[in-house]
Order: sequence, then structure tokens, then C-alpha cells
Amino acid sequence: MSWFKRSNDGLLTKERRDFPKGLWVKCEGCGGILYIKELKRNFNVCIKCNYHLKMGCDDYVNMLVDDGSFIQTDANMRSIDFLNFKGKEKYSEKLVNTIKKVNLNEAIKTGIGLISGYKVVIGVMDFSFIGGSMGSVVGEKVKRSIERAMSEHIPLIIVSASGGARMMEGLASLMQMAKTSIKLAEFSRDGGLYISILTNPTTAGVMASYAMLGDIIIAEPEALIGFAGPRVIKQTIGEKLPEGFQSSEFVLEHGFVDMIVNRKEMKEKLTEILDFFIGGHNRVKR
Amino acid sequence: MAKFYLDFEKEIVELEEKINKKRDKLSSDDEKEKEELKILENELDVLIEEVYSNLTTWQRVQLARHHNRPYTLDYVSRITDNFIELHGDRLYADDTSIVVGLALIGSKSMVLIGHQKGRDTKSNIYRNFGMTNPEGYRKALRLMKLGAKFKKPIITLIDTPGAFPGKGSEERCVAEAIARNLYEMALLRVPIVCIITGEGGSGGALGIGIGDRVLMLENSIYSVISPEGCASIIFRDVNKAPLAAESLKITSYELLELGLIDDVIPEPLGGAHREVDKMAEILKNRILKEVEELEKIEPEILIEKRIKKFGNMGFWEE
Ligand SMILES: [Zn+2]
Repeated sequence: MSWFKRSNDGLLTKERRDFPKGLWVKCEGCGGILYIKELKRNFNVCIKCNYHLKMGCDDYVNMLVDDGSFIQTDANMRSIDFLNFKGKEKYSEKLVNTIKKVNLNEAIKTGIGLISGYKVVIGVMDFSFIGGSMGSVVGEKVKRSIERAMSEHIPLIIVSASGGARMMEGLASLMQMAKTSIKLAEFSRDGGLYISILTNPTTAGVMASYAMLGDIIIAEPEALIGFAGPRVIKQTIGEKLPEGFQSSEFVLEHGFVDMIVNRKEMKEKLTEILDFFIGGHNRVKR
Repeated sequence: MAKFYLDFEKEIVELEEKINKKRDKLSSDDEKEKEELKILENELDVLIEEVYSNLTTWQRVQLARHHNRPYTLDYVSRITDNFIELHGDRLYADDTSIVVGLALIGSKSMVLIGHQKGRDTKSNIYRNFGMTNPEGYRKALRLMKLGAKFKKPIITLIDTPGAFPGKGSEERCVAEAIARNLYEMALLRVPIVCIITGEGGSGGALGIGIGDRVLMLENSIYSVISPEGCASIIFRDVNKAPLAAESLKITSYELLELGLIDDVIPEPLGGAHREVDKMAEILKNRILKEVEELEKIEPEILIEKRIKKFGNMGFWEE
């Protein structure tokens, strides 16, 4: 499942090294050198070429929800090395190190907040936490988010960024696909509204579960969106992949997402959609 | 079936050949020869017992992928009294890596769905090595919905290296097809019994794997990633696959202990491929028993239990 991990790890460390300490960062889209302060003000979107650089979950939450309205849920859930997984680095150590390094407890942050006055349950994944991989905690937090949206009769929004299932949790990580998808089916049966937002990258196990099950599916531009890793596909078919293969634009063209929306316009677009489904009179405040 | 054996089966196969040769030459009144044959047969029993009661994880992986392991159609011909194969997803194509049909098992009508691998180059290409494209999952879903509509239990036999990592597979969004199946299977109002018969390869397996009972044949495997894929990521060395297989905990009894499957179906000693008829009989009886029990449960409760079961999977602290 986690075919993307290796190649993305490289990107990740580069970003991590540059972002907090340096003042400048190189755009993965145009190669231009960007001033970090300016980039942050622009929601990590390149000023020169509109490339959407990865964004941490806190920044993403802040971008979407009304100021001060976010209440985090299940903040203290932590993964455990229940298989005593033998890798180059022990999973238990990787967890401890990652938590320290990226200052997050897991690869998804969930909570309740207001979007233009609409109360919603929101979950935002963070690629910097072990490639946004889905283990038991991610699966459980998504499940509880769905349950919360169900019991409060409010919409659910999940922003995905993931290389797939977390293999250090073995089959239990695969079963998070089942857990989340099954809960979403129940939510949908009860009339719940679920909006799925795909960011760079959304792949493998996360894509083959809750990411692709939105009533509305929105992608950010030029994100990598696919099931199998490009390298694996290249190996299988023995030919080069066409330009733009497994991009947001590719998935839109083939009919599997509803629209591509610039990050800067995401909140406004969500508001329009919530207006349609819920209606302006249900807003808490605007 | 073609002669094929694994390294650790070599001694057994050689002894078997020796016994067969002796038996062929045996004249009915040669008491000494008969006695010798008996000794050899006893030796064989002991050897089989010895080899197969202490299998390593990697040996089980090899058995799960054994060239002679029974595939869906081997079971279909043995466990069904009638099987009407149906084709196509009504959208794009017929995916030959998944077989679906209307099956009469015992005296019960059921929908049967299973991955199908080939045994030689030609049939393997035809079956795409048991790797399913989006249309395979969509064909399976079409049949499952048909089953639910007419209150027929659904049986799935899982044996795939994984969903097919190809160009067309991405164009037609295999991720959506798998996700959709998980989502739709959740609420089907009929009993679903899923049995991993060989390789349970990741999302490709799970795509037909949401069941009220998820069972594994003793020597089957079920994993989030192939041991080879895991080894090449973790150790950057595909030859460390046996070590990765141990780390991942992919064998039937390990997964039962983790509470990720419902039960293990024992295989005849030496593995399903050594006694296919016997294995098929065990499988048939088990399917009938599970279906009979599940049909006693009200559909609403069945679904509720299904949701709860998968909802409880995973380990964390808080
Ligand atoms: Zn740029």
C-alpha cells in the first residue's frame, strides 16, 4: 500500500530542513526561490506558478474555519507498536521521533468548527507525520469524526494527504479502510453530507477508502492522486507514463472528482456548497 | 496438474514417487515387497507430519502462492451442483481475474465471487495473474447487489496478489472501485462470507472482503503490502521478504489472534494442494454452516454487527 513512502520521504526531509529554519524555499512546481513568510501568507501556494506546496494540518484548519471556532477532538490518541515491528528503525522509536520532530500526535487532526458560520466536523491530514499514512489512530479518528457528525447532524469535511496505509501496523492498517468506509456508508444512509478534499498526495489506501467516498469530491490543483505508485505502474507496463498521469487534472478528466479548486478559494467554495445543502438560515453567524 | 513442488516439499515428493513406483511394480503375492511398501508409507506420514506441523511464515507464504493451490474454479467444480457464470460490469468490460456467478451449493442458491489465477503462461495472461482491474470490482458489486435483491447469501473467495497497477486501472479509478465496494458491502442485507483461500493481497483483496464472517484457510496469507514490497521499502532489499513477512504478521493464526479475522479453516495436512477434493469438502461444509447460522440473524442486526466488527479493529492508546 505505502508505495509512495520512499520517494516522498526525500521530499519531506528537504522541506522540513528548509521550512522552519531557512527563510527561503524552492518551489517544486517552477523551481523558483520563494520567501517563506510571503509563501505562508499565500497559503503555501507559489506566487509565481500557482503550485500548491504541502501545508500542515494546523495551517489548513486555520485557513478553513472561522477564527477561534475550532475545538480539537481526540487530541491525545497515539499509535502503538503492537506488532513489535522489525524494521530498520523500530516503529515505536519512529513514532516518538516523529511526534517530537513535527509536533503532532498523529497524521490527522480532527475537531469541530465553524465554516462561514456552519458548524462542521473537520479532519485534516498532515503528510509530515510518517507520510500521512493511515494506521489505527487515523482510522479511529476518522471513524469518531463520522460518528460525531452523525450524532450532531452536521456535515463532515476531510482533507486528505496520504501515501497510504501504515504498513508497520500490518493488516490492522488495511482494516482502517474498511472501518472508515463502512462508517461512511452508515452516515450516508442517515442523510449525512460528506465533502472530501484531496491534496498532494492522496494515494493508495486512503484514496481507496474515505477520500473517494465524498458526496462531493474536491481536488487541489496538480496534486498526485492515484492508487498504485507511478514507479510500480511503470515497472508493470514497461513504458513511460504520460505527462500529468495521476494528477488532479487527470482524475477530473476521467470523471472521478467533481472539481479542482485553488486553495485560496477553498473556503469560499465550501461555503457555497454548504449554502446549497444546508441553506443560509442555518448559519450560526457569518 | 503439472509437477511442481517447493524446496521444503522435495523430500516428500521424492518419497512419494518412490512409493508409487514400488506400488506399480508390486505383485499381489510378494509379502516382502508389501511389507517394505508399508514401511515407506509410514515413513511418508511421519515426514509429512514433521514438515508441515512446523511451517515457518515464509513457507506458509510459499504455500499460499503454491502453483498447485486450488483456485476459485477448482472449488466451483467441486462444491457447486450448478454454477452459472455471469460476465461484465455493464460499464466497461469483463474482468477475467474475477469469476462471478449463481451457484447452487448443497441445496442453497448463493452468489459466488472469486479471484481466479492461471497455471500456465497463457491462462495467467488471460487471468491477469489474478490482479483485478476496476471492472472486476464493479462486476463483483453488480453481482452482490443482485444477490441482496433476491436475498441470496454472498460468498467471496479471495486469492490475489493485489489490484492491478496499470494505466487503465488508474484511468478508470480502481481506488474508487475498491472504496465503493467497501461502502456498499457494509449495508447489504444478506449474509456475506469471505474466505481468503490463497493470497490476500492488500486493497485488492479487501475490495471483496467485507463479510459477516471473514475466514482464512490455514495456509493463506492476508497483508497490507506484499512481503517483497515491504522489504524493498523498509530494508531496500527484496531478498529480505521472509523477514518482512514475519514482521507484518500475515498468517492465519496470527491474524486470528489479533482479532482481524473471524476464524481459521484447517487444511488437510500438507496443504490444500495435496488433497484438493478433501479441501473442497471442508470448504463446502463450512460455507453451508456459516450461511445457515447467519441466515437466522435479522438483516438489520446483521448489518449492525458488521459495522461494529470492522469499527472495532485497530490498536492505540489515549
Ligand atoms: Zn512555483
